[in-house]
Amino acid sequence: MNRLSSFLPLACAVVLAIAGPLLSPYAGDFVVKVMILSIFALSLQLLVGMTGLVSLGHAAFYGIGAYATVLASGKDGGSIAWLLPLAMACAAGYALVVGALSLRTRGVYFIMVTLAFAQMAFFVFHDTDVGGGSDGIYLYVRPVLGALDMENRLTQFYVVLAALVFTYALLVLIGRSRFGAALAGIRVNEQRMRAAGFPVYGYKLAAFVIAGALAGLAGFLLAARDGVVNPELLSWHNSGDVLLMIILGGLGRLRGAVIGAACFTVLKEVLATQSFVGPLADHWQLTLGLAIIVFVALLPKGIIGLAERLSPRA
Amino acid sequence: MDFGTFLVQCLNAVQYGLLLFLVASGLTLIFGIMGVINLAHGSFYMIGAYLAFSLAPLFGDNFILMLLAGVVLTAALGYVLEWAFFSYLYQRDHLQQVLMTYGLILVFEELRSILIGNDVHGVPLPAWLGGSFALGDLMSYPWYRIFASVACIVVAVALYYVVNRTRLGMMVRAGASNRDMVRGLGIDIRRLYRIVFAAGVALAALAGMIAAPMSSVYPNMGASVLIICFVVVVIGGIGSITGALVAALLVGFVDTFGKVFFAELSGVGIYVLMAVILIWRPEGLMGKKA
Amino acid sequence: MNALLSVNSLTRRFGGLVAVNEITLDLHRGEVHAVIGTNGAGKSTLINMLSGEIGVSAGQIRLDGQDITRRSQALRARSGVGRSYQRTTIFPEFTVHENCRLAAQAATPRPWAIWQSASGCSGSNAAAAEALAAAGLAEVAQRVAGTLSHGAKRQLEVAMCLATRPRVLLLDEPLAGMGAEETDRMLALLERLRANHAILLVEHDMDAVFRIADRITVMVNGAVIASGDPASIRENSEVRTAYLGEEH
Repeated sequence: MNRLSSFLPLACAVVLAIAGPLLSPYAGDFVVKVMILSIFALSLQLLVGMTGLVSLGHAAFYGIGAYATVLASGKDGGSIAWLLPLAMACAAGYALVVGALSLRTRGVYFIMVTLAFAQMAFFVFHDTDVGGGSDGIYLYVRPVLGALDMENRLTQFYVVLAALVFTYALLVLIGRSRFGAALAGIRVNEQRMRAAGFPVYGYKLAAFVIAGALAGLAGFLLAARDGVVNPELLSWHNSGDVLLMIILGGLGRLRGAVIGAACFTVLKEVLATQSFVGPLADHWQLTLGLAIIVFVALLPKGIIGLAERLSPRA
Repeated sequence: MDFGTFLVQCLNAVQYGLLLFLVASGLTLIFGIMGVINLAHGSFYMIGAYLAFSLAPLFGDNFILMLLAGVVLTAALGYVLEWAFFSYLYQRDHLQQVLMTYGLILVFEELRSILIGNDVHGVPLPAWLGGSFALGDLMSYPWYRIFASVACIVVAVALYYVVNRTRLGMMVRAGASNRDMVRGLGIDIRRLYRIVFAAGVALAALAGMIAAPMSSVYPNMGASVLIICFVVVVIGGIGSITGALVAALLVGFVDTFGKVFFAELSGVGIYVLMAVILIWRPEGLMGKKA
Repeated sequence: MNALLSVNSLTRRFGGLVAVNEITLDLHRGEVHAVIGTNGAGKSTLINMLSGEIGVSAGQIRLDGQDITRRSQALRARSGVGRSYQRTTIFPEFTVHENCRLAAQAATPRPWAIWQSASGCSGSNAAAAEALAAAGLAEVAQRVAGTLSHGAKRQLEVAMCLATRPRVLLLDEPLAGMGAEETDRMLALLERLRANHAILLVEHDMDAVFRIADRITVMVNGAVIASGDPASIRENSEVRTAYLGEEH
């Protein structure tokens, strides 16, 4: 049973790869959106689920990756080969600064400080002309790579899928590695890790920066897909939503991030569509808020936790 | 900058800082005593502001009476909210508290949208608090802002008195440093928490009521105040009311003078201040070293 | 013989309170040096200063002649100072072997080598196996640490110390909460460790202390009131006064 389930993610990737050209424009678009959010959620899973660092400002790195892509593309666009690394580098750079400062604090302080630094980034894009102010900016030409043009929907699909597979595989490797073992130790008992001789601050900072870079990757993909970015990408609502995704799916499990991203996106769609919930659709914030409260209260281990409870393994 | 302008900005900074202190003191009390991080604290500020908007026509010029009514109403709301919702959060970890109170924000925002709508509204000043007085030759300063500052000072002094000189305050301080010990002394910790929570809500709401005529009421006013409040608490040190006061005034000055000198990037100023504190004293100005 | 860890006039002030007042003591290899004292005597503060968790107000700590007073805890641990805690700091969700392997990993961290799995790290695995064997926990290596008995958990706490192959062991009340049989087992472990380590033992259990210690330092109100071999400490009138009425 265990061995079978460890092949599940790979199987899903293969299915998606095959299904790509077969999906309708709407469905394909939706799947791409979920895949991008999955990368975003996976990046946070590294930070929260694996290292135990609850960040409430992760959207900042997502938004910076997106804005960097659009700003660097200018009027002529650019090649994925340098736009993608640039977006990730910008996000990672901000993550380095924010991480270096925030990791001097712990617990609730850390949560508040990460939120504050994300808000600072939000203000820079919202109040200044750097990013076209509160309206955001448009991407004139989507990134290309040789014959691949991200204007093409199918190309978009496969680039995003490849990025998702890369991110997932990277995190699987990290999870098995010494680095991942150290992060897990820090999550469970930081004091013992220090007493054993681990430079805990350095490890946390590394996790923070990698998580930021991966969020930047998601941001790049979002900009390439939507063709427009606005400051709301860095809003704390977005930071809260991605945190919700990983709780929804199951904290600490990589597939939990993907499941959570998918379910959250579907949930938001359903709650806002009148054909499902009637007049409540206009007040989706209310239903979403109540749903969050009830869900976190009753299912703290997320969907995966529920699945495990329902089908116990020997 | 001439002296008149400088004085006006100083008065603005103090007034803004004092209002922030009111909200932040509620936040730091709730966190310091109960260990709950409450993202919905900004919503209480918003509730206060919208309450002022709703009650103003009823009370007319009896502004102070309206404030008192608001305090009583929101304290009652806080009392019920603690019993119905927040008391379940104490045993949960920070992440769950963050998410559940995030959900609460969404609920509050939508309820406000349903009950009052999404428009921006002004709140009229009572006649006796309207108008300005002359400040030097060229400037004038609104009486209401002076009133706001004075009101906040009165509350701050009352808070100091209650926390430091009454039995209730002693229990609060004891609870802050050693929760289990207080329980062991036979003090009904649940009622203590409920009272502290109600006070925290009332403080935030009162700040909202006082701020309403100056800033108008608008959706999202809770969110902006919340994050600045977090910055104040981080700078001042969690659990320290004195720290919150010092930090709030600092933030008030940095923000106000920041707007004067660096118009566009002024919003960034307070975060830079926070960054400096993090480098120098990460536990906050008056926080306890970990 | 030169001391492995030498502590010179170590002082720690908290505002106006002097928690530790000019403590001087030496740890030698092959010796168990016990530090005893009434509650609030400053023993925890002392051991926290030695392991590097809190800073020093005045005084010096030397490891093998080198000044480590300002070194971080993690750096001290890598230099050979191991510490066990009064409140167990194991990783309950991992197996006993994984607990020690993770601790041992600190010596060969190589965090960038993410293509190598942690479980395959031969160096860490070997060090873990050694530590578990020394601590007598080899049979339970595959059990989840959280399911161990209290006594076994305390043994694991010491084993995790050993996994980093330290030269100095700072043990903070390793016998806390143990029954007679468990105490015997722990003392037997300390006996085996004595030969190759310099051991500092902070303990409340007087019987155990007098059984195992080679030297005893007595602290009252942050200062040393007596230091010497167990026999002379037993005869010491000041010590008897300090402990009068506090028979174990």
